[in-house]
Amino acid sequence: MSKQEFTITVYTENQIGIISRVSTIFSRRKINIESLNTSPSEVEGIHRFTIVINETEEVVKKLVRQIEKQVDILRAFYNTEDEIVWQEMGLYKVSTDEIAEKVKVERLLREFGARAVAIRKDYTVFETTGHHEEIDKLVKVLEPYGLIEFVRSARVAIIKESRGFHDRLKEFEKREPSEELVENEYLDKQDEVFTM
Amino acid sequence: METLTIEKQKKTTEPATQISGSKAVLEALIAEGVSTIFGYPGGAIMPIYDALYDYHEKLNHILVRHEQGAIHAAQGYARASGKTGVVFATSGPGATNLITGLADAQIDSTPLVCITGQVFAHLLGTDAFQETDVINITTPVTKWNYQVTDASEIPHVLAKAFYIAASGRPGPVLIDITKNAQLQLFEYAGYTSCDHIRSYRPKPIVRKEYIEEAAQLINKAERPFVIFGQGVILGKAEKEFKAFIEKAGIPSAWTIMGMSAIPTDHPLAVGMLGMHGNYGPNVLTNECDVLIAIGMRFDDRVTGRLDKYARQAKVIHLDIDPAEIDKNVKTTVAVWGDCKETLPMLTSLVEQKVYPQWLQRFKDLQQQEEEACIQPELHPDTDIMTMGEVVDVLNDLTGGNAIIVTDVGQHQMVACRYAKYNQSKSNITSGGLGTMGFGLPAAIGAKFGAPERPVIAIIGDGGIQMTIQEFGTIMQTEIDVKILILNNNFLGMVRQWQQLFHDKRYSFVDITSPDYIQVAKGYRIEGQSISDRKDLRSALQAMLDHKGSYLLEIMVGKENNVFPMVPQGCSVSEIRLK
Repeated sequence: MSKQEFTITVYTENQIGIISRVSTIFSRRKINIESLNTSPSEVEGIHRFTIVINETEEVVKKLVRQIEKQVDILRAFYNTEDEIVWQEMGLYKVSTDEIAEKVKVERLLREFGARAVAIRKDYTVFETTGHHEEIDKLVKVLEPYGLIEFVRSARVAIIKESRGFHDRLKEFEKREPSEELVENEYLDKQDEVFTM
Repeated sequence: METLTIEKQKKTTEPATQISGSKAVLEALIAEGVSTIFGYPGGAIMPIYDALYDYHEKLNHILVRHEQGAIHAAQGYARASGKTGVVFATSGPGATNLITGLADAQIDSTPLVCITGQVFAHLLGTDAFQETDVINITTPVTKWNYQVTDASEIPHVLAKAFYIAASGRPGPVLIDITKNAQLQLFEYAGYTSCDHIRSYRPKPIVRKEYIEEAAQLINKAERPFVIFGQGVILGKAEKEFKAFIEKAGIPSAWTIMGMSAIPTDHPLAVGMLGMHGNYGPNVLTNECDVLIAIGMRFDDRVTGRLDKYARQAKVIHLDIDPAEIDKNVKTTVAVWGDCKETLPMLTSLVEQKVYPQWLQRFKDLQQQEEEACIQPELHPDTDIMTMGEVVDVLNDLTGGNAIIVTDVGQHQMVACRYAKYNQSKSNITSGGLGTMGFGLPAAIGAKFGAPERPVIAIIGDGGIQMTIQEFGTIMQTEIDVKILILNNNFLGMVRQWQQLFHDKRYSFVDITSPDYIQVAKGYRIEGQSISDRKDLRSALQAMLDHKGSYLLEIMVGKENNVFPMVPQGCSVSEIRLK
């Protein structure tokens, strides 16, 4: 089974130390996190992690179970790229003079859908949102015109099939045992044996 | 200073609802039914110890000689009693000394609540005296951990701690409490135990269709084989387990952690799995048609080479932890749940059966092992004693009633291979982590956990020297633990590997011993050392008859090996008899 990009979505309690508890699950297995976003979710008190890694599906499956096993984790899911809608953001700082002087720069920025978010005498900051490669491309293009600084955000992703977390949360808040039947996804007829 | 004390006294006489964080900790322990604490005081946990001064009638605090001793003792206590072990330690070195025990408890699913003191909250991150980042250090080796900086958090955090430690798949929990929170007075509204955390599902819903599917596989099987682990003991499901195998008539083998869940002489008991387990269960793992794994996690010491492990078999895995399903061995049917619930459901669906021919295969292989390994070990034709014959005579004298606590190494494998048990929670050993030094403190804890039972610690000459300071705890508490040192003047297991796999290049395994009898004497523990077989039975009897702790050192063969053995990287069916 070959490695591919997976996006892991984790709903957690908003508590100090959870990032470290989640990240050790990866670092312990010498797996690099390509991108990590943590931010409050639509539900108050619950945070959402979006983690991108390059791994085989078997490994990702096990990682997700190890994450979900943690006490303060509500749920964890993994998805391939075609199962999510995702975006990253880039911020680019360029010399204002350069843009003013070179019409080509302005045209390029427009072409890439960049938006000025700060204009100062000496520099201007542009923003674009898109996939990793799109943001990369603009970096390449701007480099010859004196790109002063660049920063990229982590990936954020929406799962196409998700039904939101609001109603799920209510189920979690019910007293045990929950009525929800959790799908037994481990019933797998393959006789493949593997190690992680 | 004097005014401070007076002020403090005034405050504690304020309305009864105002109590200190420290007192709240002790009230929580009492509410949770804790009677015994293993600990060691220090600067950052002094307020809790100060409060403990007034609680000595309700809480029995065992002063150990090293925090590692405290946590191993708490593990031994938990394993012998089925209750949660409790540890107190101070910040910094006190807390870091717990790490080995936490890792051990985490991998062996032992319920513990460890309370560590921490520097004042305003000093966090300043490299204050005895400050260490305990929460981050312990994250990978705890089921849950939390830092308290405000006393008002203490009741519900401790309630959560006890709930998490003991529920679902048990494990160690660490609560770090800053000194200001221990001292702080707050409005105490009483203690409510915890039975629900929204992000935590200790017990999954049992799905009947998978139980039915599992029962169908079992009913169609011709050569079914049960392998079970500590899950049966942790789930308090020994009776349910016995009922299941007896109705289904399936030969059953234990992992080192599952040992003693059924009596070792049960007619369906076929022995121990794994690297130094029995011949039959290892070989026949690769011949059974349905492998039923119950409360075990397919550790590499059990499975040997995975791609040659039970490939012919359909695998049914009963486990409470969904992360264990398919982790190492791909499952055909996963029965996710508490085996106390799932086993009776399965039992009701399986047919009453016997497999005389299949069981005979185990017996035949047992006979081969008997001739090649067991007889030479139990009845050697040399003057030098073996570890096995010591355990064999001990079985005779205890009748299988003792709790046997082992350390790690050759003596551990021999004890687990030959010890006889007739009740559960009798085998206490460091299975997953393989912690040398575990034995002595764990035995002390086990005795506190099961005071009515005889506790015998079997320890090698390497392991005893790792936590020998706990003789001091025995001396002070005057507890009755029998210490059996099997001394081969070597770090025997490493030496065995060096002999077999490193051309006998004995690199730093030649370990010297002090005069253990003299050392023990210094701690007011009586004992003797023997090297002659004719003294074996009487010496063991004297040890058992002695009132109070006793140390018996037995000199055994220097270069004896433990066999059978599944060499690393080999399949279980490639197990070697010599």
